[in-house]
Amino acid sequence: MGKVVLVTGVARQLGGRFVRRIQRDPDVDRVIGVDAVAPEHHLGGAEFLKADIRHPAIARVLAETGVDTVIHMDINGTPLGKRGGRTSVKETNVIGTMQLLGACQKAPNVQRLVIKSSTSVYGSAPRDPAVFTETTTPKSLPSGGFAKDVVEVEGYVRGFARRRPDVAVCVLRFANILGPCADSPLAEYFSLPVLPTVLGYDPRLQFVHEDDAIEVLRIAAAAPRRGTLNSGTFNIAGDGVLLLSQTSRRLGRPTLPLFLPTVTWAGTALRSIGITDFSPEQIRLLTHGRVVETTQMRETLGFHPKFTTAETFAEFARSRGPGLLPPESLARTVDRLAGVLPARGGLTQ
Amino acid sequence: MADAKVIPFGEEPRARRKARRAGRTGRGTALAPVPEARTEHPPAAPPPPSPRSLEERIAGGLAFLRRRITGDYEVDDFGYDEELTDQVLMSLLRPLYEKYFRVEVKGVENIPADGGALIVANHSGTLPLDGLMLQVAVHDNHPAQRHLRLLAADLVFVLPVINELARKAGHTLACAEDAQRLLERGEIVGVMPEGFKGIGKPFADRYKLQRFGRGGFVSTALKAGVPIVPCSIVGAEEIYPMIGNAKTLARVLGLPYFPVTPTFPWLGPLGAVPLPTKWTIQFGEPILTDGYPSEAADDPMLMFNLTDQVRETIQHTLYKLLVQRRSVFF
Repeated sequence: MGKVVLVTGVARQLGGRFVRRIQRDPDVDRVIGVDAVAPEHHLGGAEFLKADIRHPAIARVLAETGVDTVIHMDINGTPLGKRGGRTSVKETNVIGTMQLLGACQKAPNVQRLVIKSSTSVYGSAPRDPAVFTETTTPKSLPSGGFAKDVVEVEGYVRGFARRRPDVAVCVLRFANILGPCADSPLAEYFSLPVLPTVLGYDPRLQFVHEDDAIEVLRIAAAAPRRGTLNSGTFNIAGDGVLLLSQTSRRLGRPTLPLFLPTVTWAGTALRSIGITDFSPEQIRLLTHGRVVETTQMRETLGFHPKFTTAETFAEFARSRGPGLLPPESLARTVDRLAGVLPARGGLTQ
Repeated sequence: MADAKVIPFGEEPRARRKARRAGRTGRGTALAPVPEARTEHPPAAPPPPSPRSLEERIAGGLAFLRRRITGDYEVDDFGYDEELTDQVLMSLLRPLYEKYFRVEVKGVENIPADGGALIVANHSGTLPLDGLMLQVAVHDNHPAQRHLRLLAADLVFVLPVINELARKAGHTLACAEDAQRLLERGEIVGVMPEGFKGIGKPFADRYKLQRFGRGGFVSTALKAGVPIVPCSIVGAEEIYPMIGNAKTLARVLGLPYFPVTPTFPWLGPLGAVPLPTKWTIQFGEPILTDGYPSEAADDPMLMFNLTDQVRETIQHTLYKLLVQRRSVFF
């Protein structure tokens, strides 16, 4: 019994990589990639259909190809490339998901639905518990932006799961995905020569490596392995936590602490001239941080990430090249100081 | 002394008690030092005994500096930075603890050497210095040098700088989820259930325990099956005698209360210097919770009874300590 897999959002790096990976799986017969624009990278022999999921045409695609597994990855915070603004992103996220779910509901072949969601659904607020589990209800729901899109998308997905109980629905809430080719706003932020931070806050961050993200999507797309269950909602994050101050030191990029109102203002200014997409929810993340519990991912989904948060970040830092204050040279300076200071010497650690 | 409305529970005559106290203070000073931990502290630490150890200390300090500036240290899920807490934050609090408030600690053996425990303490003093001193007390006096993880009010995590330091010192938001997670990991968690009602009460109400919230701490301890250690802190009430509360100003600033003391805000920042009272922290007999069935946490009557038991224990110990106390400042 072969499988026909439909993947949305393949024009993005992560979507492209996932298609190439799943194409090699022996029990997958056919992979259909869907996006509104043609991808710049190759898809490893998978079929590409140029279709906008915001239009009902997607229902025809599902009906004609007899898809049984739908991987919805076209939920993003930023527009692809320089096209379109926040409005079109929101439309793709929310209207696109509605259309896709509507199409799935009408397609009797569909047996499995995987949603690439985000831990942004929890928002970031000082009054929330330190660690979010899948069942935590956030104290303050995200008021706008990508986080609100994700909340709405998950709402529609729950509705779909109620109406089609025969479909296995898996919602994967990813922490910040980082990797050599990740094109997320956070990766963009870490590429700035000087990192603006919020004065008096040191947020806790978690990262997932791209390879782990691909792997967990593959686990969710396949039939569950023995002793695991791959339908439901799962937080996906690497082990451990990094503070923003630690990340900047490990990257070797100096920070520029700003007052919270200034940061908001500077974010707006930078966004309007198009240098970086520093959205309000990004600022909230970089103010209060967010940490999720991953016990469900390990015990129920049976997925053990290969990279911890720190390893993911180290990998990412290597791919970005040294910053203005590389940690190696700082360490060398301290070592030299240690060699010079006590006249008797021989105290290098 | 104004804390005279206390009925002495005297098991023994005053003279004998006084004699015993003298003995205890003697023992207290013998118990206090924790110099092993201090030798590797950065150069700021007191007397340099020999040049060899000074060198070691410089080397240790530089190694510490090296780890800090390269970001090569670990924090846990709550943002607790153990290295920074041990080497810097604790060293900053220790002079206040040892020299200023001269904290005397009793019954530290009631805190288990390993596994989780919930320390429940009274709250007072306008500013939460009692929590910080409790943290130093547990770490410096316990043979296993255990770290106390305090549960703090949400206000702490709203304020810039404060929230950052609180997280790094191992504090987290006072909510059942965080408390349970810490207890299940085998940490010692400190909670002050009186909250703002306790810390912001007027000076006239000193050492009168306020309502213990809704007693959520008991059910959390029951769920985690950890003992509850009642803890009474004497001395913190008098550091800022709050004689008034500027409610309108507090509302404008978004604070639960705005203290008015004989010196604050009249003398400005100078008025914010706490009075050098003499503190006593007494840990009581642990109340075991692992004997209860798992559904006990859903039994409100049991919760109320246990809450009352903890509350009474703390209140009685407070009275006892007050009777034994010679003066507020010595």
